[in-house]
Amino acid sequence: MPLIPVVLWTDALVYLLILLILLIVGFALYTVRHEHLRAPWLRVFRSRVGMATSVLLGFYVVVGVLDTVHFRLKLDQPATDVSTPIRYAPEVLSLLDVITSGLRERQEKSYSAPFAAHLFVKEAIEQPDGTLLRDYPRLVHGGAHLDDPARQRGLDIAWRALWGVLQGLLISVMSLSGLIWMMARARGESVGSTRAAILAGRGPLPWRYAFAMLAILIVLILVAAELSAKYHIMGTDKVGEDVFYQTLKSIRTGLLIGTLTTLVMLPAALLLGIMAGYFRGWIDDVIQYIYTTLNSIPGVLLIAAAILLLEVYMSNNADQFASLVERADLRLLFLCLILGVTSWTGLCRLLRGESLKLREVEYVQAATALGVGHVTVITRHILPNVMHLVLITLVLDFSGLVLAEAVLSYVNIGVDPSMHSWGNMINGARLELARDPVVWWSLTAAFVFMFVLVLAANLFADVVRDAFDPRLRTAL
Amino acid sequence: MSTRDDVLLRVEGLTVQLGDPARPARVLEAVDLSLRQGETCALLGESGCGKSMTALSLMRLLPPSGRVLGGSVRLRDTDLLRLTEAEMRRVRGGRMAMIFQEPQTSLNPVMSVGDQIGEAVRLHGEGRRAPAAERVLALMKAVGIPDPARRVKEYPHQLSGGMKQRIMIAMALAGDPELLIADEPTTALDVTIQAQVLGLLKDLRQRSGMAVLLITHDLGVVAETADRLAVMYAGQIVETATTAEFFKSPGHPYSRRLMSSLPAADKRHARLAVIPGRVPSLERVFHGCRFAERCDSASPRCHCDEPAWHRLSSGQSVRCHLFDPLENLPSQERRPGTQDRPGTPNQLAGFQRGSEPLLRVRGLKVYFPIHRGVFRRVVGQVHAVDGVSFDLHAGRTLALVGESGCGKTTTGKGLLQLTVPSGGSIRYQDTELNGLRHRQMRPFRKDLQIIFQDPYAAMNPRMLVGDLIGEGLQALKIHATRAARERRVAELLELVGMDSSAAARYPHEFSGGQRQRICIARALAVEPRLIVCDEPTSALDVSVQAQILNLLKDLQDRLGLAYLFITHDIAVVSYLAHAVAVMYLGRVVEHGSVDEILEDPRHPYTRALLSAVPVVDPTRRRSLIRLEGDMPSPIDRPQGCHFHPRCPQAIAACRNAYPEEQRLSESRLVHCWLALA
Repeated sequence: MPLIPVVLWTDALVYLLILLILLIVGFALYTVRHEHLRAPWLRVFRSRVGMATSVLLGFYVVVGVLDTVHFRLKLDQPATDVSTPIRYAPEVLSLLDVITSGLRERQEKSYSAPFAAHLFVKEAIEQPDGTLLRDYPRLVHGGAHLDDPARQRGLDIAWRALWGVLQGLLISVMSLSGLIWMMARARGESVGSTRAAILAGRGPLPWRYAFAMLAILIVLILVAAELSAKYHIMGTDKVGEDVFYQTLKSIRTGLLIGTLTTLVMLPAALLLGIMAGYFRGWIDDVIQYIYTTLNSIPGVLLIAAAILLLEVYMSNNADQFASLVERADLRLLFLCLILGVTSWTGLCRLLRGESLKLREVEYVQAATALGVGHVTVITRHILPNVMHLVLITLVLDFSGLVLAEAVLSYVNIGVDPSMHSWGNMINGARLELARDPVVWWSLTAAFVFMFVLVLAANLFADVVRDAFDPRLRTAL
Repeated sequence: MSTRDDVLLRVEGLTVQLGDPARPARVLEAVDLSLRQGETCALLGESGCGKSMTALSLMRLLPPSGRVLGGSVRLRDTDLLRLTEAEMRRVRGGRMAMIFQEPQTSLNPVMSVGDQIGEAVRLHGEGRRAPAAERVLALMKAVGIPDPARRVKEYPHQLSGGMKQRIMIAMALAGDPELLIADEPTTALDVTIQAQVLGLLKDLRQRSGMAVLLITHDLGVVAETADRLAVMYAGQIVETATTAEFFKSPGHPYSRRLMSSLPAADKRHARLAVIPGRVPSLERVFHGCRFAERCDSASPRCHCDEPAWHRLSSGQSVRCHLFDPLENLPSQERRPGTQDRPGTPNQLAGFQRGSEPLLRVRGLKVYFPIHRGVFRRVVGQVHAVDGVSFDLHAGRTLALVGESGCGKTTTGKGLLQLTVPSGGSIRYQDTELNGLRHRQMRPFRKDLQIIFQDPYAAMNPRMLVGDLIGEGLQALKIHATRAARERRVAELLELVGMDSSAAARYPHEFSGGQRQRICIARALAVEPRLIVCDEPTSALDVSVQAQILNLLKDLQDRLGLAYLFITHDIAVVSYLAHAVAVMYLGRVVEHGSVDEILEDPRHPYTRALLSAVPVVDPTRRRSLIRLEGDMPSPIDRPQGCHFHPRCPQAIAACRNAYPEEQRLSESRLVHCWLALA
């Protein structure tokens, strides 16, 4: 076998999450004939913003999932020696690492600006004639193919960008035609009429916005790929690592914090919230007491304490961890857990209020009068009628959690410093902001990627809320 | 016909659409209406007929998607539809004012009522010499608020519903309007409060000479307050007449059916007339008469030609082909009879009184503790139900009557242990139900069922109708297999007059009346012996109410069900009930057979309640006993007889002790010191 798969803790949870989502999607397909379940989702995708942002979020998710598939490659060994056990590299890689191996391997010495051909700082360079010259040395990889960067660079960049655009357009046209062909087959129409309908914006769903977003994404990816083959398009950081690569790797961290935290807190919030609201009495008192107490502890303090605890544990038991990646992963998981512990109270309070209201609603009373048991009342009458709240809260919380990670890593109680994350990138860039000329690219790159993700998530959350909130629906 | 001069408001050909222009809702089509100075004109119709839209169009307060396509609205010489928004704003609240159905939501909860009236005074009272504060007091006095100097500083939550509606009226009066539009001003209020507010409107009209456009669905309110009326159906006015003429002989088939579907004592042994179907959706395009589909005297012509206005000799105008003088048939002969089917005689021989009661309630108490402070100490009790006793026999209906907040609903829920009673005894056949726990109660769930007021809230919107009806069958393990349940559900749907295909649909696909049928089917599924009906028709339109009442009566005749019918509607009581218990502040004040109570009420409260009910027939109208004030809070009840602070006949003894039960006849009990005399 050329590789051995590695499943980290967070990977396992991501696979679990994907399985859950697949189950839910399967259930959704089964419920297609259930009007009340299908209608809100149709409303989400009927909106242009919903369509475009879901494509964008889809891109982030694909990158995140690619970065989740971890493995270790086989080391090169002399083929003759069969008896020795196969040895694998200690380094844990992901699919994303393999795809972007060019970016990962093209290390420079230190800072370099985006698209630069020279380092950012002057160094003493030994000339061929033996004299020392203090100048900006050429980069090992960035723009190394140019003979005279000062003259050729602009044209070269423009040329490569144009080539990337052309490739991107070609691929988008091909993939979109493929998609249209598949849709036409599914609908049993001719390809021409399907295409005309989509381009004219007819039909229930605004496919053309999704397709436009997809085309823009494909073009951008290909331009970036074309340019980053020869340049560091977002510069390099202090140790010469490509910043573009770092931001791509950070996507997984951001997504994990946003989703795993939810996964952790959801069962507690659902169970306790509904129980408190439905049973009232002393159960309500106990649950309210717990979350009021938890809410009154400053969240940052709790997180700092928990992370410190974990650090002490990890340094005392260093031999339990096979690699740095595992250590960083455990810390990430722990961060998700602790963020989950501090963030379930909001949803719990919301669900308690809603259940308090629902238990007095006449259909619940009617069910009680018919002798239906508590568990059935909760699962059949209460739970389905609070799900819209749960969904709205989860989508709204997502962007908040992504931002929280950045803030926590910035104050050093977030993810492991060795892990790629937007917070760590910003933290690292903070020290260089005082430099003159300023090193701005790490900060900008992290900001742009995080901004796009959070903006898309927020817009999507708005659409979801509009579609699921029954009050907004009747207000039209 | 009067001269043109005193016509205050003239609406001609008003056509309004709502929503997407491609698929508009034609909410108003060619509405003509005129209103003279000092006149009360009622706009009558079922929900969804465009009554409120008419009012909003007159005020130019249509929702953003609404547009006026044609017609004119003239207030004296001003064409309201041509005014700019700034000019219109001076007319609104100035020359014409509006009051709404819900006084609770129409007042700002964080402003004192004095400030809110003062705001209206400042906006519209320019040029008046009296300062705003005095004017506010004068207005509050005018609308009959006792002790206005103190009330000025109070906030809306400190006032009762009737008081809030008075404040709304005071605000509307601030600009001395020529026209007051009252959109269902008393629908949310109790009958005694309704009588107060309607009396106030009448007074004000006489004093100030303003015209009132009263929008309502209640024929009784119209009969008692309006001079003229216009009947609306599906966005059109179909009949205009003076009130006296209309109630003597309604012209349009819709008006006639509406009248005959009213429940009343003299229809007790017959079925109520029903209008089949429902008000059509206003999104469709109409051809011919809009009522043709539901009309039993429709001719083929009604389905294709839109009828024109026809004036009748009596002064009525009717939009119906039946009155076309060119038609050969004299219209009078084709008038359908009001009594459409011979009534089924009451087949209750086996369930007459004297047999053992099915349910015997003695001294039922439901108290809710009031918690205060950090440690949630109990500082008081809400005496929602305080010692209610009655018997319920199989095949008979006991009506529980009273105003909101008197504990009717709590009594019903207490019987079924949906609210845990604090004391008393509920004996079902030979078993004491009070004190049974959730599990122990289960065997009796089968026999005792409940139907709720709001059929929209009574069904889980996420369940299929079939599952909803089958829920009890499943929970009580009556039919274990799905197939058996499905068969039974189909039978039940058939029983309540619905197609069995309804089982595979969701509740939101049905109209209010159909939903209430489904709720009845759900209650019937477990073959109960007793059903608590908690105002099952008060959320429904008159014609639909008739359908449900007929159904309930049929089911009682066929299945021998006992009903505890909780209601505030005396007309329904007189139609359906065998016995009546009148509740006031958690206690039954009078109990007797329906004839005894309705014909000869003994308790002063019962008398006042009955006199406050608006009656269609002027010969049956009683002189109004106006009750002052509102029902006291069940937390802090008056000493002695709870009713004495409002009682017009209170004597010294009433203040000292709660009157004992007085048995006047075999079936009749009264709690009043005066009943002895």
